[in-house]
Amino acid sequence: MDELIDKLKKEIIAQLNLEDISAGDINPDAPLFGEGLGLDSIDALELIVLLEKNYGIKIEDPKDGKKIFYSIRTMAEFITEHQKKA
Amino acid sequence: MDNQITAYTYIGEGKVVVNKRLIFYQEKIATFAEFIRALYKQEQVSYPKFYKMDSLSKLGFISAELLLRNENPGRFKPGSLAVVLANSSSSLDTDLAHQDSIRNRSAYFPSPSVFVYTLANIVIGEICIRNGLKGENAFLVSEKFNPAQLQEYVSDLLDNGYAEACICGWVEILGNNFKAVMALVEKEGSGAVLKKEFAPLPFTEASLNDLMNVN
Repeated sequence: MDELIDKLKKEIIAQLNLEDISAGDINPDAPLFGEGLGLDSIDALELIVLLEKNYGIKIEDPKDGKKIFYSIRTMAEFITEHQKKA
Repeated sequence: MDNQITAYTYIGEGKVVVNKRLIFYQEKIATFAEFIRALYKQEQVSYPKFYKMDSLSKLGFISAELLLRNENPGRFKPGSLAVVLANSSSSLDTDLAHQDSIRNRSAYFPSPSVFVYTLANIVIGEICIRNGLKGENAFLVSEKFNPAQLQEYVSDLLDNGYAEACICGWVEILGNNFKAVMALVEKEGSGAVLKKEFAPLPFTEASLNDLMNVN
């Protein structure tokens, strides 16, 4: 899980152009939106694209997004769970 | 009262000039991205969203930052500072990046953050968000720099009371070819804090042409 969390941090930094932030600055349990990294709605769409592009995961129900993208850890848990099912 | 240019910025050919003063110079420019990042760092601008902007917005945003650095936008009535910009490539630089992301059907991953910049006037939005501006705005696209059109459009806004002042200019980029010239235009005697190093210029076609060739 820790390995996946580190990988996700790097991918998010690259995908969202968070140039002044390093992986070490990101708390995996901090909220991604509102506070924490302070991401916006366009970033949310980028995260959906990231999941599909890098992990082949499509989010079927948009309502699940809030839970999945709460933090880096919830994203990693969702990916792990999805990979087990596949 | 006549309209006058009370401040300007020039970015082009590796040089950045603000009110006649050279503040940044890179003899060899590898890429626009490197150039603009170095300028952003040198000028200690703190605005994380900058990194998420497309090249056109980065260029316009930095120009406006330098133009308004010593200004107090609060001296203008709410909604009275207009923004009128122009260029020749519109948002083509970003349009091409978007096209590249959808070219391959088997790897079809359009980026939402690229797509939202596929309109030239988004650069005006970025400037307005940063500075809390809610005045008139327009983005004009013409094959070549057209000072007569810009002068006429902005003068109309000021002379007919649609704006007290206007940020106007040329913000052009395609690949690593870029140039930005921005001027703050306002009525003579409007309370502008005049800079010692720069006497206001009359807002004329000739002045705009001079600023384009300040190099």
